[in-house]
Amino acid sequence: MSTISDPPSGSFQLSMLINDTRYRSYTFQFIALILLIMAFAYLGYNLLANLQAAGLNISYKFLGEPAGYDINQTLVDYTSQSTHWRAAVVGVLNTLLVAFLGCLMATVIGVFVGVLRLSDNWLVRQIMSIYVEIFRNVPVLIWILIIMAIFIAVLPQPRDFRGEDAAASMVFGAFAFTGRGFYSPAPVFGPGSSVVVAVFLASIAGIFAFRRYAKKALYDRGQLIPTLWPSLAIFFVPSILVFFVMGRPITLDYPSLQGFNFQGGIFMRNSLIALWFALSIYTAAFIAENVRAGILAVSKGQTEAAASLGLRPGRIMNLVVLPQALRVIIPPLISQYLNLTKNSSLAIAVGYMDLTGTLGGITLNQTGRAIEAIFLLMLFYLAISLAISAIMNVYNNSVKLKER
Amino acid sequence: MSDTHAHSVAFVRETMLPQQPPPVTEAGVVKWMRENLFKGWFNTLLTVVSLYFIFKIVTGAYPWFANGIWNTSSLAECRDMLDGMTGACFSVLTERWNQLLFGFTYPRDAYWRPTLAFVLLIVAIAPVLYPKAPRNLLYFTAVYPFLAYWLIWGGTLLIPLMVLVGLVAGYFAFKQFERQSFAMGMIAGLVSAVVVIWAGSIVPASMPNVMAIEAVQSRDIGGFMLNMILGTVCVSLSLPLGIMLALGRQSSMPIIKWICIIFIEFIRGVPLITLLFVANVVLAYFFPPGSNIDLVLRVIIMITMFSSAYIAEVIRGGLAALPRGQYEAANSLGLDYAQSMRLIILPQALKISIPGIVNVAVGLFKDTTLVSVISMFDLVGMIRGPILASTEWNGVYWELWGFAVFVFFIVCFSISKYSQWLERQLATDHR
Repeated sequence: MSTISDPPSGSFQLSMLINDTRYRSYTFQFIALILLIMAFAYLGYNLLANLQAAGLNISYKFLGEPAGYDINQTLVDYTSQSTHWRAAVVGVLNTLLVAFLGCLMATVIGVFVGVLRLSDNWLVRQIMSIYVEIFRNVPVLIWILIIMAIFIAVLPQPRDFRGEDAAASMVFGAFAFTGRGFYSPAPVFGPGSSVVVAVFLASIAGIFAFRRYAKKALYDRGQLIPTLWPSLAIFFVPSILVFFVMGRPITLDYPSLQGFNFQGGIFMRNSLIALWFALSIYTAAFIAENVRAGILAVSKGQTEAAASLGLRPGRIMNLVVLPQALRVIIPPLISQYLNLTKNSSLAIAVGYMDLTGTLGGITLNQTGRAIEAIFLLMLFYLAISLAISAIMNVYNNSVKLKER
Repeated sequence: MSDTHAHSVAFVRETMLPQQPPPVTEAGVVKWMRENLFKGWFNTLLTVVSLYFIFKIVTGAYPWFANGIWNTSSLAECRDMLDGMTGACFSVLTERWNQLLFGFTYPRDAYWRPTLAFVLLIVAIAPVLYPKAPRNLLYFTAVYPFLAYWLIWGGTLLIPLMVLVGLVAGYFAFKQFERQSFAMGMIAGLVSAVVVIWAGSIVPASMPNVMAIEAVQSRDIGGFMLNMILGTVCVSLSLPLGIMLALGRQSSMPIIKWICIIFIEFIRGVPLITLLFVANVVLAYFFPPGSNIDLVLRVIIMITMFSSAYIAEVIRGGLAALPRGQYEAANSLGLDYAQSMRLIILPQALKISIPGIVNVAVGLFKDTTLVSVISMFDLVGMIRGPILASTEWNGVYWELWGFAVFVFFIVCFSISKYSQWLERQLATDHR
């Protein structure tokens, strides 16, 4: 009594390729594959013909040749005699540096603004939404150039710090904000400083251990141990104690004006800061919206239920709202980090030497190896974004609601 | 019982008291301020800090605007007139407005053409954006791209006209074969469009002066006009591409699915700037030797690819959000793939994806400023290059950047407000 009959077992006809659903998808895929191969063959043929006409070839030998240009902000040793490969590595590190600093600052500002947008205070709410709307709706390139313009037009030049009645002065005698960049004191690690650093790291580990212990005590025995003051004590007391016991091994190297420029200390070039601040405040506007949406996504019933259990507002936030809000906030947050990293390639507009500035900029122009340089450039960004996506997937799986 | 009670107490009120107004602190402005500005010491502190912040901004910016000077020909003259006072030098905007809007080599006597194209753009997108606009305007929308091309680039009208004729021929061929199957219709339409355009291309070549207006080279196009062109062209081209990529990614055919996945993930993984570098220096290698493809076209190709990958992901989200039953219902009605997509799935999926698509569109419009990095003179490129580098206006930062911020903010903010409005219009669920 089966209504499903077997497919007709007649002989195969050519029209079945297009009319029979069993074969049709193979036909389409075959056509697509042929078209794809033809397109690639056509592009490849054009490429070869053009390269031949220009007398070029594809070769990565240029990476081993001396670069011959200077990079003004480097994290590793680099001279103009270093290879193009070395220049690219410097660029990668600079990209990662500004991306890291930017993500950090964008998160701080973004969470701050996002929470304030839900504040009880009407005025604060309005100011924060104006901030979000203005920064979200104007290209980040314009923000980068505006902050760079502040450096050029507003901040004093190092020469203004000279003389008796100088036009500008250092903040606290330690920080100098100049049009060329910011100077701040640098720590100098003398002998015995490793002990201080070790104690400091140990005390940070200690804080985590203590908080874990306090949490366990709360969950197991219901015993409430205060965590804030002990944490602060663990953070400061041992390190400071050891610092003085070892005879102050860490000193500060203050920047000082010598000639027309500052010497010593840590120098952050104006292009780095312009890029860093602009990326941060721009991305923070997006992060603020994510944070707000995440907090709003936790239904009010959750807060009320927690309150009816007798939890205090701080604990409601920490134990009930945030863990649920984070599940909503983190995935878009990570994709904002990814956007920030990709936007850091705008460094080229202010002359910060990230990978786009070295490999995709000067190296490309000097060697004329456009195809190779841009291929490597894309590969790098692709690797970063795939890595971040992988992390995101792992995280998503770990916090996913455990449903049936 | 009440009368006994009346005797046992000293006083019983026999009439209702008139309604008292609520206490001053619990009504009107005072209540609102108590609840919204001064609720607790922390809130009060926040209010005071915010007020101080606003006060600082207003007192700082007011003289700058109020003393603004609108009619000098260089920054030095401005400084002379201001004589040490704080004040803006808006004359850079009045003197260079044409460069900011049209770029610095677009022929001056042809400014009416892009302006007209812009006005007509508003007419052309009205029926797309507002469901209540007269439907007949859609015909104008279909003609608009060709008209706008002719107005902005100039040359003979026959070129866009021939392309239009080709597309119309393709449309009729599609209608003819659509009844057999959608795929057949598409193929027939494509073939006839290509044939007609290819055959018709002799006409404008033989008569280059028919209905011709002054031709403008692509490299002469700049200023905010370039941002608008790139933004509108790339968004409208990337929508159909994005839909196709999204459907391809959802497809059950592994080869097509993987082509789409690789394309989308590759494009989304690299910054737009590297793609613009490709447009600038690499893409020429992939065209047939000797062909000289214009930079604006190359940039449009790359930006369209870029945004179509993002739009594809947004639409994929919309497709995934549809309940499985919708797909099954479409199948059970006996609709084939093309019909079920066009009639059942896509209308719903696109509706869900509108906020996302608008986000991509706003992002894309902002990203058009990146072309200034590959030395094209869009609004940002004009400000950074010719204007700030000129001897007259070297150092006028805030007026120019303020103008750029203002223009982009107006456009992007109104697009996002529009999308919120549309979302409310399309909401069919009664919550």
